[in-house]
Amino acid sequence: MTSFLVFIILVLVGIAVWQLTKIFDLTQIGGIAEDSEIANDKDNSVNGYLMFAFVGFIYVFTIYSLYAWGDLVLGTPASEHGTDYDNLMYISLAIIFFVQTITQFLLHYFAFKYRGKEGQKALYFADNNKLEAIWTIIPVIVLAGLIMYGLYTWNNIMFVDEEDKQDAIVIELYAKQFGWEARYAGDDKTLGKANVRLIEGVNTLGVDLADPAAQDDKVVTELHLPVGKKVIFKMRSQDVLHSAYMPHFRVQMNCVPGMITQFAFTPTVTTADMRADQAIMAKVDKINKIRTEKSKKLVAEGSTALDPYTFDYLLLCNKICGASHYNMQMKIVVDTPEDFKAWLAEKPTLAQQWKEANAPAPAASEVAPTSVDSTKVVAQVIK
Amino acid sequence: MSHDHGHHKETFITKYIFSLDHKMIAKQYLISGLLMGIVGVVLSLFFRMQIAWPEESFEVFKIFLGDNFAPDGVMRNDIYLALVTIHGTIMVFFVLTAGLSGTFSNLLIPLQIGARDMASGFMNMLSFWLFFVSCIIMICSLFVESGPASAGWTIYPPLSALPQAIPGSGLGMTLWLASMAIFIASSLMGSLNYVVTVINMRTKGMTMTRLPLTVWAFFVTAIIGIVSFPVLFSAALLLIFDRSFGTSFFLSDIFIQGEVLHYQGGSPVLFEHLFWFLGHPEVYIVLLPALGITSEIIATNARKPIFGYRAMIASILAIAFLSTIVWGHHMFVSGMNPFLGSVFTFTTLLIAIPSAVKAFNYITTLWKGNLQMNPAMLFSIGLVSTFISGGLTGIILGDSTLDINVHDTYFVVAHFHLVMGISALYGFFAGVYHWFPKMFGRMMNKNLGYVHFWVTAICAYGVFFPMHFIGMAGLPRRYYTNSAFPLFDELADVNVLITVFAIVGAAFQIVFFWNFFYSIFYGKKASQNPWKSNTLEWTTPVEHIHGNWPGEIPEVHRWPYDYSKPGHDEDFVPQVVPMKDGEEQLHH
Repeated sequence: MTSFLVFIILVLVGIAVWQLTKIFDLTQIGGIAEDSEIANDKDNSVNGYLMFAFVGFIYVFTIYSLYAWGDLVLGTPASEHGTDYDNLMYISLAIIFFVQTITQFLLHYFAFKYRGKEGQKALYFADNNKLEAIWTIIPVIVLAGLIMYGLYTWNNIMFVDEEDKQDAIVIELYAKQFGWEARYAGDDKTLGKANVRLIEGVNTLGVDLADPAAQDDKVVTELHLPVGKKVIFKMRSQDVLHSAYMPHFRVQMNCVPGMITQFAFTPTVTTADMRADQAIMAKVDKINKIRTEKSKKLVAEGSTALDPYTFDYLLLCNKICGASHYNMQMKIVVDTPEDFKAWLAEKPTLAQQWKEANAPAPAASEVAPTSVDSTKVVAQVIK
Repeated sequence: MSHDHGHHKETFITKYIFSLDHKMIAKQYLISGLLMGIVGVVLSLFFRMQIAWPEESFEVFKIFLGDNFAPDGVMRNDIYLALVTIHGTIMVFFVLTAGLSGTFSNLLIPLQIGARDMASGFMNMLSFWLFFVSCIIMICSLFVESGPASAGWTIYPPLSALPQAIPGSGLGMTLWLASMAIFIASSLMGSLNYVVTVINMRTKGMTMTRLPLTVWAFFVTAIIGIVSFPVLFSAALLLIFDRSFGTSFFLSDIFIQGEVLHYQGGSPVLFEHLFWFLGHPEVYIVLLPALGITSEIIATNARKPIFGYRAMIASILAIAFLSTIVWGHHMFVSGMNPFLGSVFTFTTLLIAIPSAVKAFNYITTLWKGNLQMNPAMLFSIGLVSTFISGGLTGIILGDSTLDINVHDTYFVVAHFHLVMGISALYGFFAGVYHWFPKMFGRMMNKNLGYVHFWVTAICAYGVFFPMHFIGMAGLPRRYYTNSAFPLFDELADVNVLITVFAIVGAAFQIVFFWNFFYSIFYGKKASQNPWKSNTLEWTTPVEHIHGNWPGEIPEVHRWPYDYSKPGHDEDFVPQVVPMKDGEEQLHH
């Protein structure tokens, strides 16, 4: 089937080339015979008009794209700095759009307007300091504005004030091929020390359980955040580079083996509220329509149908990290502070989990007669 | 270099294979670059097919990727990453660095400055053959059983250092590093040669401010290469040490596949710094020659002086200088100090100024011209168009704040493909159409050239413009399939459209290849100066001779852009024409 399609495409391409050269050939009638590989007036004219048509193509394609794909972009930002981010983005996009529209027009219009004609002479115009000063200074002013606005926002996002630190909660994001875990620092707001050399059994993060700060740490595989509270993320990776990407919050930071990186932000919209957002609801509807169509096909082929989609915040890996890079994700839930507290309270601390797993339980000998090799357990978890 | 050239007997081997003649070496670079280009583009079609129709079985995969890489015609997920990696490496280094610079620097520097050959013909030959060896090694790596290098063209460790992390980091990565090390040696030899030749071997009257902008671009590009390529070499060397000899330059605290590795104290961020110290200037190593070629072609075909010659040189120099202090904009979210991010945002956005000057100067050069729409001219105008479209989004990516959410998404893919990929490729095509008569003594078919340009122009926008939208939708690049996230289901149609444009665009490159190879043998015979150009290369005879000019090297009396100068009958005044009495001299 594919080879047939490829064959058809090749034939069509061949016909297209043949026809197009024909068109250009027809414009040659009356041209000079001897040096016909050099553009003559007819070529200049045809290609000049095509240049003008091309700027039309750029405009139409841009408008079509905005119309057809404008709603694909991420909707309402779900974090405090996300609003500043989006404002800066819209201003930059507006400037880009404006400059693009004008310069592309001038370029292609001049290419059309001044297309060559026999006997026409170009203007000998080699320099003009005033003009060049103008188009040096205008970009300087515009960029100075963008740089200052950008750096102001950057500093606000990246540097956490001391007083904010007092009130914030601290969470470690832990990346490995190909999954995420999160560790809550607990009431002491201090994460226990950790090193990959301490990874053993249920202690998949290599937390130093002798560290007093580690006693109330909790490790989970689904990230919950309280709305309206600053969260300071400390990122770690156990094997290769990963990147913690949370597009709805306008957040991204690499996870680097051997060092701890940081990103802090305040979520502002709970998952429940976001699901009720107009734009998000429209998006979910659209996606579910696509999924129903696909499911019909799948069911007809004898496979199982796709689950319907409900909106959730996501953490994605956004730095190439290995074969299954494309499927390294974690669900993020933004709760009300009460729900968050209740959810976290239910989770056992790592110290408790460790104690349970390593308790000299008599039942262990019934299930597994030989002792469990801890590295194998870890390997299982990693897979 | 004064002993007589053109009189010694040449055999087939000294003429066509181990040639010392810069014109033959240029052609060798051109043909190798084009062949590598075919490989690079075909690989990209394969992974585009996988993205558009994820995990479907294709006959072509069975044939070209085989049972190992594509069991039952379905591409393996790590092979997807391998194809992405090798596509990037081949296009950036082998096609747009060696293919573009190697071809046109070699061809044009001696011809346009009035020299008999490069400063060192032997080193020039060595440079090409090292490049050829690195091509062979890179192609061989495609046939390694565990797969070619798969860590992305940026080969960030630890992924690139640990075969446990991805199979491609085994023998495939070793070959990649070997190939690149040889490639860098080749590139350095070429660059040193270009710099020395431009400084020392200009003919009488050819002052620096009478050099064509092509030569300025090649000259500055070579300097950037000399400054930055050795840093990549050191990075590659340290990575080889980490991989093979157990050092820990880039690796620390790693636990993989159930065991702790011994590495301690290294930093992957250090590698990123070393890599991008070349990696960013590399963008300009690719782009500046294309801009130089465009300057020359636009002026010649507009029959007008290039507008703001000195400003063009100043912006080339400014871009070159700034390009070496902006590498950190690839690392805003790498975990480096946010204060550094501020510095790099500042320097990065500054590059927009000389770039804007160049774009406006090109547009002004067209104004009130008498534009000869040869295929080379179309590609040059196309270059300015994609350079603007792609360059403008750099304002977003160069801004550390905005980079946070579009970093490593398809927005980046759209940006750099337009601004350096397509633009440089257009410069390459423009150069081939324009100097084909100089290289082969024959003309390429212009109608095929027109078809080639218009279809390519539409497809290039068709492929890369929609990527901005899926990037802003948060779609990460280098994903084998997007089906793991229901969120991205609505992007599937856009991805199909992109792939269709890519396939059509690539198919039409066959028109170019046909035109190119057919015209070498059967094209119409070229006249000595078909485009009525001012520069020195068109004063050489159509038939190539060793030493370029049969008699004395011509003397230069004026700058290269006296087109349509009042007081002259013709609309061009070659550089060899002496000044008339009382004629105003623009550049000395």
